[in-house]
Amino acid sequence: MTTIDHHWQRFTLKQKLSRYAVYLVLIMAMVQSIQSVEVIPEFFYDAPEQMADMFNRMWPIDFAYYQVAVHDAMIETLNIATLGTLVTLIFAVPLALMSSHNISSSRWGHWIAKFFLVSSRSVNSLVWALLFVSIFGPGVIAGVLAIALRSVGFVGKLLGEAIDEVHMGSIEALKATGASWMSILLKGYWPQVLPAFFSIILFRWDINVRESAVLGLVGAGGIGVVLSDSMNLFEWQQVSIALLAIFAVVIVAEIVVVQIRKRLI
Amino acid sequence: MVSIDPQKNHENPFKFNWFSAAIWTLIVGYVVYSFNAMGLTWERFAEGLGHADKLMGRMFPPNFERWELLLSGLAESLEIAIIASFVGIILSLFLGLFAARNLMPNWISIPIRGLIALCRTFHPVIIAILFVKSVGFGALAGILTLIVASIGFIAKLFAEAIEEISLKQIEAIRATGASFISVIIFSVMPQVFSRFIGFSVYQLDSNLRNSTMVGIVGAGGLGGTLFSAFQRFDYDFVAAILITIISIIMIGEYLSNIVRRIFK
Repeated sequence: MTTIDHHWQRFTLKQKLSRYAVYLVLIMAMVQSIQSVEVIPEFFYDAPEQMADMFNRMWPIDFAYYQVAVHDAMIETLNIATLGTLVTLIFAVPLALMSSHNISSSRWGHWIAKFFLVSSRSVNSLVWALLFVSIFGPGVIAGVLAIALRSVGFVGKLLGEAIDEVHMGSIEALKATGASWMSILLKGYWPQVLPAFFSIILFRWDINVRESAVLGLVGAGGIGVVLSDSMNLFEWQQVSIALLAIFAVVIVAEIVVVQIRKRLI
Repeated sequence: MVSIDPQKNHENPFKFNWFSAAIWTLIVGYVVYSFNAMGLTWERFAEGLGHADKLMGRMFPPNFERWELLLSGLAESLEIAIIASFVGIILSLFLGLFAARNLMPNWISIPIRGLIALCRTFHPVIIAILFVKSVGFGALAGILTLIVASIGFIAKLFAEAIEEISLKQIEAIRATGASFISVIIFSVMPQVFSRFIGFSVYQLDSNLRNSTMVGIVGAGGLGGTLFSAFQRFDYDFVAAILITIISIIMIGEYLSNIVRRIFK
């Protein structure tokens, strides 16, 4: 009689080894980082006390300041986010069409589109804002363009993927009627990507509201300017009303987006 | 003989859609309004384009002469990203477990969910400002900021992943008389671990991006180097830093794809 002498194992040896290799690299990176990072331990122990002190100075919230400066800046922030999201479409839609395998079959087109999409996403919106502030000067225009160019990568990538998932049946039917390229795009692709399109735009708008609130820190308009001014003047009670306004607007934006998505999709 | 009457069937299959027309009008109206409200004009834009030309001229060729400064900033960014991800991931593992509604009673899960939501509402830059004011300039503020950002993202998604698991395996392990810890380790974790790794890898990636940015408000890393280069108008050095950031992020994306494949 022969005995079965192998144990059941969840992973193969190769899987195990590669997993342990990842863990090992991570731990080594962690140890190396902790040894070389420059952190002053006294600051760390001191942190809770300093935080408490900061929140103390923020209290009571200076509600009167809302009418003085916060309200207009908040409206401006919302405008930057919305207009930026709309301007994104000018760049994102052509790039999405170019990157989709259904529509364009040129390899070069895919590569070029991908390059633009990835570089847009890799540069943070604050860095985009810095660039545009040095081009257009401080103000709203830099904020709108920063939001727009930062969103191109996100919107373009997701829209391209949505176009890739379109059912080709109706497209072929349209082609068989001899429809022009533009009609195929408008009557074949567009109705099918419509729900995905609106959901992507709404999602990005929600993110852009958060991002546009901080662009002012580098001079690109909106509530961030008020925030950084108050902070530089050590007016902590004004800082707290600005933070409260940002908090409220972000929550409301999220609720609005969730509600519209529920109705629409 | 039955024939098709062309007059009768001549109906446009693509009807005019009042709803979408209304939306488009609304959008156009909004654009006009917002341009007026914010005082955007074409002249201003066109004038800026001239400056863009000049800026591009000064940015290229990129100047890598001060590569030591660049490298030390980059090293600090990487350290911030790694430490923050490590601590953030471990904290989120526990917070995610405590926030899952199918494992924990309400009096534990509701406060933990509130905490996670609070971590998510503020943009990392705002959190970074608060930390810079309370723990001073430097890497520590960056690390704390990114830990908060990681918790907001991973703990939330991890809790949602746990809420979707199948309860059969939990019952099976419970039937053997296992303790609560064993139930977690042998029935919950195997079901969600690969997704957890996926979220963690994504967050490591996004911490890397953000660690190059928190420096702009003084929280250490390459962002600080970038911001001071901007303020000194060293645009060729700015270009060098930007190229470094983009390439390090692309490498990070490549590596995270490999890790994701290993843990699939």
